[in-house]
Amino acid sequence: MTQPDNRPFAIRTYAPNQLREALKRMYLIRRFEEGAEDSYMRGLIHGTMHLSIGQEASAMASCMELTDDDKITSTHRGHGHCIAKGAEVGRMFAEFFGKETGYCHGRGGSMHIADVKTGNLGANGIVGGGLPIAVGAALSAKRLGKSDVTICFFGDGANNEGAFHEALNMASVWKLPVVFICENNGYGMSTSIARSTSVKHIADRAVAYSMPGVTVDGNDFSAVAEAVHHAVARARAGEGPSLVENLTYRWRGHSKSDRNRYRTKEEIEEWMTRDPIARFRAELIAHGVLDEASADAIEAAAIADMEAGIEFAKASPAPSISDVTRYVYAEN
Amino acid sequence: MNAMTDKPSSQPQNLRTLSYSEAIREAMAIAMEADPTVILMGEDIGVYGGAFQVTLDLVDRFGTDRVMDTPISELGGAGVAVGAALTGLKPIFEFQFSDFAMLAMEQIVNQAAKLRYMLGGEASVPVVFRLPAGSGTGAAAQHSQSIEAWFGHVPGLKVLQPATPEDAKGMLLAALADPDPVMIFEHKLLYKMKGHVPEGSYLTPIGKALVRREGTDVTIVAGSIMLHRALEAAERLAKDGINAEVIDLRCIRPIDHETILASVRKTGKLMVVYEGVKAFGVGAEISAMVAESDAFDFLDAPILRLGAADAPVPYNPDLERASVPQVDTIEAAARRLTRREV
Repeated sequence: MTQPDNRPFAIRTYAPNQLREALKRMYLIRRFEEGAEDSYMRGLIHGTMHLSIGQEASAMASCMELTDDDKITSTHRGHGHCIAKGAEVGRMFAEFFGKETGYCHGRGGSMHIADVKTGNLGANGIVGGGLPIAVGAALSAKRLGKSDVTICFFGDGANNEGAFHEALNMASVWKLPVVFICENNGYGMSTSIARSTSVKHIADRAVAYSMPGVTVDGNDFSAVAEAVHHAVARARAGEGPSLVENLTYRWRGHSKSDRNRYRTKEEIEEWMTRDPIARFRAELIAHGVLDEASADAIEAAAIADMEAGIEFAKASPAPSISDVTRYVYAEN
Repeated sequence: MNAMTDKPSSQPQNLRTLSYSEAIREAMAIAMEADPTVILMGEDIGVYGGAFQVTLDLVDRFGTDRVMDTPISELGGAGVAVGAALTGLKPIFEFQFSDFAMLAMEQIVNQAAKLRYMLGGEASVPVVFRLPAGSGTGAAAQHSQSIEAWFGHVPGLKVLQPATPEDAKGMLLAALADPDPVMIFEHKLLYKMKGHVPEGSYLTPIGKALVRREGTDVTIVAGSIMLHRALEAAERLAKDGINAEVIDLRCIRPIDHETILASVRKTGKLMVVYEGVKAFGVGAEISAMVAESDAFDFLDAPILRLGAADAPVPYNPDLERASVPQVDTIEAAARRLTRREV
């Protein structure tokens, strides 16, 4: 009789090289956003940005089983999803810097980074905007006879948009291969879940659309990976959509205009003790996937990638002013 | 030959005729036969056949996987069409009434229209929205509007207004061949109009207006049902020796500047007739475009706009008729303009 495997889901499911790569990408998300924030402070980036620092496990663990044929839709807080799906930080920085080498040739900026060819259908500046689009991508997969799934990231704020309800209903009626992942970080800008949302858990809304709904600790890599694993398997098997709610927290403000008047320093500090990257790193070390030195090396490699990305962006050319109306329509 | 039919001059009597709605349906069937990625989506377009019976029996021919009844979810439904278009399908999404597109403005304007640009040319959204539009059916303020000009304000969209069965088919096929989102405003009163429709596949060029009637005294630009009213008014004017040139606008975005400017240079007078509310409408754009051009120097009278009253579309049939340009009002306005009594 074999012993039950009591190790965390991720450890017993993914190969060590996959786990190391996941940790690397989580560090890369963190360092990318810190690098972006620093560049903003130095005046190298204009506009605004929405940082997901503190939410890295949700992005990375949700993308563990995706290929380039699988799709994601993302949000205004989408840098982590991009990197988890495989984006190059150099081209992301270039987009932030408004350069021609950016993912959107400098036309989109932080809120529109996408790479359709590798299945990243894009961040979105409209809360809830990506939800129906994700359902459409899943419809394409089904009609075209592909086994692709679509992961639809959205925040707690989007769960009160009509688009959320219409999208979940249609995905369920048509049994489409889509996984709705709500990153519940507690606040839609400044308005808390308690003040905005009639259900205790957003996953409770799944009942209304006849799909499984589960709430997990979004800062626990394995918990997220396990929930999404089952949802992806269900989608690929043609059994329809699922809703996964990852409870998490953004350490930074909503955007660069946030004066942090709606939450306490204590609350932020308490959540910072639940750092998803530190937890995942400790888990990997505890189960012998890594030692401290190799974990440090992974983190250093992420920092090096980030720094190289910024240099690439700085050195890249800006778009030509005469191209201001280019890309409005297809070019013949 | 009545004023509702196309190209009065040189057509043999034995040409095949179809109604406007039959022509649209034929275009959809041709596209679906030729391309398995073309699907239809909309409310009650399956077994019901569509609120105006445009899809009619297509569900019998192509099945429910390709002729999809959506829930009454305009925002979500339009968004699903956008997402499907982004990932390999070519959806034709029918809004039951063009008025209902307001529920989907987010997906049309913020998503479909902007995705190619926001993504630096790295995405394509080949979706076609079909929108039954216009007044004259007694359906009152929320089912009778002409909001095509709203979408003329949105870079990234193409906005078409077929006036004839031939164009209704050719524009839909052209829209499907176009890699960008296209909105086709179909006039409800035209669905039963018959006219010659060529067999097989052909594309009506997007962005080209057409001189439907040549004249020398005044240019009347009109689209959709207003074309037919303008043509009828022009026939009446001709009896009194006033020769109106009537241009079928066909396309609001992109708008065909050259055809209009060339006509204004010839006639020296311009009237724009449209069913949308007069203020901030198609007429404003065309008037300004002429005023900004060299054709301004050829004008020998003020430009005249005829649009809908500054009110919602009323229910009472006399009020409804009075709220939008009719043959009589077009005729009277053209007489004033050619006598310079404006």
